[in-house]
Amino acid sequence: MVPPPLVAASRQRRLVSGDRVFSVIAYGAAGLIMLIAAIFIIALVVPALPAVTKFGLGFFTSRTWDPVRNDFGALAPIYGTLVTSAIALLIAFPIGLGAALFLAEDARLQLLRGPLSFLIELLAGIPSVVIGLWAFFILTALLRDKVDPFLQHALGFLPLFRGTPTGYGFLTAGLVLAIMVLPIMIALSRDVIRAVPRELREASLALGATNAETTWSVILPYARVGITGAVLLSLGRALGETIAVTMVIGNNVQISASLFATGYTLPSVIANEFTEANGNVYLGSLFYLGVVLVVITIVVNVLARLLIWRFSGSARATA
Amino acid sequence: MSLPLVRVLVDRLVGALVVLCVMVAAIPVLVLFLFVIIKGMPGILTPGFFTQSPHPQGVPGGGVLNAIIGTLEIVGIGSLLAVPVGALIGIFLSEYGRNQLGDTVRFISDVLTGLPSIAFGIFGYTVVVLTTHHFSALAASIALAILMLPVILRATETALLLVPNALREAGLALGAPRWRVTLEIVVPAALGGIVTGALLAMARAAGETAPLLFTTAGNDIVQTNPLQPMGALALTVFRNALVPYPNLQDQAWAAALLLVILVAATNILARVYVRRIQR
Repeated sequence: MVPPPLVAASRQRRLVSGDRVFSVIAYGAAGLIMLIAAIFIIALVVPALPAVTKFGLGFFTSRTWDPVRNDFGALAPIYGTLVTSAIALLIAFPIGLGAALFLAEDARLQLLRGPLSFLIELLAGIPSVVIGLWAFFILTALLRDKVDPFLQHALGFLPLFRGTPTGYGFLTAGLVLAIMVLPIMIALSRDVIRAVPRELREASLALGATNAETTWSVILPYARVGITGAVLLSLGRALGETIAVTMVIGNNVQISASLFATGYTLPSVIANEFTEANGNVYLGSLFYLGVVLVVITIVVNVLARLLIWRFSGSARATA
Repeated sequence: MSLPLVRVLVDRLVGALVVLCVMVAAIPVLVLFLFVIIKGMPGILTPGFFTQSPHPQGVPGGGVLNAIIGTLEIVGIGSLLAVPVGALIGIFLSEYGRNQLGDTVRFISDVLTGLPSIAFGIFGYTVVVLTTHHFSALAASIALAILMLPVILRATETALLLVPNALREAGLALGAPRWRVTLEIVVPAALGGIVTGALLAMARAAGETAPLLFTTAGNDIVQTNPLQPMGALALTVFRNALVPYPNLQDQAWAAALLLVILVAATNILARVYVRRIQR
């Protein structure tokens, strides 16, 4: 005897069409994010066109930024962005890597590890405007009165440390960025170091290497690709950070070898001048800067992702 | 047999340096919290801080009611836009997205995560402000919604993937169609992770300043209509810090403290929720 169907034919059809509706909605949502990405590109590029057609590639080699004569170039903000990010990484890379090594594998001070991890995670959650406020009132005074004069006294023969320290400028902005990228640098490198197989570490220790030697010749070489990815992601964050930098860099279009000099970065020019920009060319130049900034950060981030995927195996989230 | 002295010394030195690094990394956080609490407390305790709008520059007193309402409303509307869409894309990635299309969506989401926050402000400006010809809180909400989207969708995908396949198979074996299995079995089982992702995204959005600068643009009077410019706590901090009036600067510190409390509370809520779900 043929058993009766579990579900009546009409109900069966309803079930199938319900599935179809749901998958259409899900695919639609996936399509929506692509639509958003497309609109994003258009919204950024189209308003930049007046400046792109007027200045072309000369935009990148001109250091003028003159709203009165409607003449704009990106060299000074690009220089400021690169210098501040370089300072940030020079400070955050060694400290972040050291802290990550401690948090990932040091057996000492177990009690301290939890609270320290928590503190550093907290730092990642503090709004950038709050860090900017603190840097604007506290850090600038500290640098102007104590740190900068000391650096000038010790290393004043270098062009990097000439000029009058005001507390604002490249060095301060770089320091603020270093503080802001540290949590990313630490968290990512810690995860990468934790992923180094235990057997490698134990084999090295069993061969008689000290902890430091194991770290240097086994763990770091194994984790190198992942750590490079962490550095690049930190760089991506530093390049695009806006508000805190705007508050301490001094907002001055100039290129100066001195780290005490005031300057500008790509995002801080946009943040500062966007609402007062009049005319298609001025506003277009700010959008042009935006395009440059977005392209640079995307390239850096994609490189970072590729490295981290190569280290961990896949782009897909794994359970 | 003992190790040569040099090797022992180097080992100790490296050990000490590593501890030093983690201390140096933790110091800025402590100093920052200390200053924000000490300098922000008096302002928060000032009568009228929570109940009045800002007074004109140079006139003492006033509060940040406009900014509190603005931040809550802008982030609230942004979440209403971002959470459903983000959760749906997350469902797509986990249930339908083990393919080329899914990888493309993941790639776009990762690119969005890495974009500078000011880019979202530019997006809100072009898409909403230029087309409606005036600044509005809605433009800020849309900018923040897109900033929140990747956080929510990735959290959702990860949470859904943690649901054991046996649950899905059990549902399907009972004759339930796939959409009901997804919505009534898989999503409820992963709800903790999804809610956490949404809360973390909201905390991040509440602290952002750059996407607000040329979208909502700020407003010194209380405004509840999302089609008009609104104030926001982050804008209060940014603008008041840069003016030479001590009482407004105090207000900036107080607004910063309030913002930190708001962000921290949202973060803690997310963690507590995860613990309760996991139990």
